[in-house]
Amino acid sequence: MRVFRSSKVILTLMIVALIAAFGTSSAFAAKAAPKQKNIILATTTSTQDSGLLDKLIPIFEKQTGYFVKTIAVGSGQAMKMGEKGEADVMLVHSPDAEKKFVEEGYGVNRQLVMHNDFIIVGPGADQAKIKGVKSSAEAFKMIAKTESLFLSRGDNSGTHAKEKKLWQKADITPAGQKWYQETGLGMGQTLNVASEKKGYTLADRGTYLALKKNLGLDILVGGDAALLNIYHVIEVNSAKWPKANADGAKAFAAFMVSKKTQAIIKTFGVDKYGSPLFFPDAGKKVEDLGK
Amino acid sequence: MDLIVQGTIKAFELIVTFDPEVLGITWLSLKISGTATLISLFIGVSIGTIVALTNFFGKRFVISLINTGMGLPPVVVGLFVTMLIWRSGPFGFLEILYTPYAMIIAQAVIATPIVMGISLASIQNLPPNLRLQILSLGASRLQMVWILVKEAKLPLLAAVMAGFGGVISEVGASIMVGGNIKGYSRVLTTATVMETGKGNFDIAIALGIILLILAFIINALLTQIQQRQHLR
Repeated sequence: MRVFRSSKVILTLMIVALIAAFGTSSAFAAKAAPKQKNIILATTTSTQDSGLLDKLIPIFEKQTGYFVKTIAVGSGQAMKMGEKGEADVMLVHSPDAEKKFVEEGYGVNRQLVMHNDFIIVGPGADQAKIKGVKSSAEAFKMIAKTESLFLSRGDNSGTHAKEKKLWQKADITPAGQKWYQETGLGMGQTLNVASEKKGYTLADRGTYLALKKNLGLDILVGGDAALLNIYHVIEVNSAKWPKANADGAKAFAAFMVSKKTQAIIKTFGVDKYGSPLFFPDAGKKVEDLGK
Repeated sequence: MDLIVQGTIKAFELIVTFDPEVLGITWLSLKISGTATLISLFIGVSIGTIVALTNFFGKRFVISLINTGMGLPPVVVGLFVTMLIWRSGPFGFLEILYTPYAMIIAQAVIATPIVMGISLASIQNLPPNLRLQILSLGASRLQMVWILVKEAKLPLLAAVMAGFGGVISEVGASIMVGGNIKGYSRVLTTATVMETGKGNFDIAIALGIILLILAFIINALLTQIQQRQHLR
């Protein structure tokens, strides 16, 4: 009898699981059914970690009926996805790589969306004494000279690209140095590592402000024109990748530069952090930013 | 220390108030990993049993392969599944990358060798004379297999637990093929990674605790069935 009963229990469990699985598939289907309703947005960790996309995407979905699949990776990887036609639209912040991306015919309609700035953060003790230094390249030189620990993203993200550019400007090759460590992680995690190890790092202001409460890091250098962090939206070239959702990409890009969205970006974060995390720039020229 | 206490408090807050987002994430984790385990159960137990009961050239090699598969790194599975199903991949026409389906496939791939390996070992572990005895009592071959599988129920349930435990706690493949999309493919593990990245440690801890509770309930349930069987 006992054997019988427990096999019945197992059978019941299996049926329950099957029903759950079935319910699952129909629930999934409901969301994913109409073709080309999905947009794959490849973007950077900073737009997700700051919470901006959580605010904007639902508005866009409601307005247009599209379903946005946000894949938050570094800008480098986001553009690699675009190169392969695995994404429809990109929201990224790695201007040099973006220009190359468009020139090579992978992307079209690159539009300026917003900016904020990068900052050099570090422990309050500031052993390299960079606090208040005006030039970011100068600050990097001082970090190298004092061999203070510096945490690099090391992931080809927009922040990493900017950091490499600054080292170049400072005429220093940090790779391989003992004081230079690459985390290979996103911005949030790299900030945590820097905080734990009492090291310096380059961060975008948005992510820093969002995480500030848990970090033992201060803003040491900021405001340098070389530290501008500029976000563009790029549509994947559908001539190259016919499978890409060109209409969806266009709609998303239009949404990002629309007046209403720009107004939301302008005030996003003010209530929580006292200052906005991003500055809307649609229609402006890159050369005029930060003036 | 503060953070751990805060996280624990937050966890109970989220559970007690039935936070809809957390509830959704938990339910999705359960559905995806449950379905994946079920699939792996069908494939794993049947192939495991067949390999255990038949003799063929290269059997040891196949068993070595299965045993290696038990330690298949989830990120490697994630990488291969991604490459197979992305738009330019051989199964790109299915358009399932960054969907829960892709997560089920990846998790089933991870769980199947685990279930297969344990089923194989447990069937092989049955006394060899049992087969002859069952056959001599007039059972057909199919009936014999069924009886053997039932005899090995105890370790087979362990296989279910190992398989389910392996996939519900897995993050590497899930984040790669699922994309951690809010309200769609975000599960407990990927949400924990993201909240950690955002610095919301309290929510991350809370999600971790919910994951543990979930794993405990499922395993307690299965153990209950398994041990009752044992006392017979």
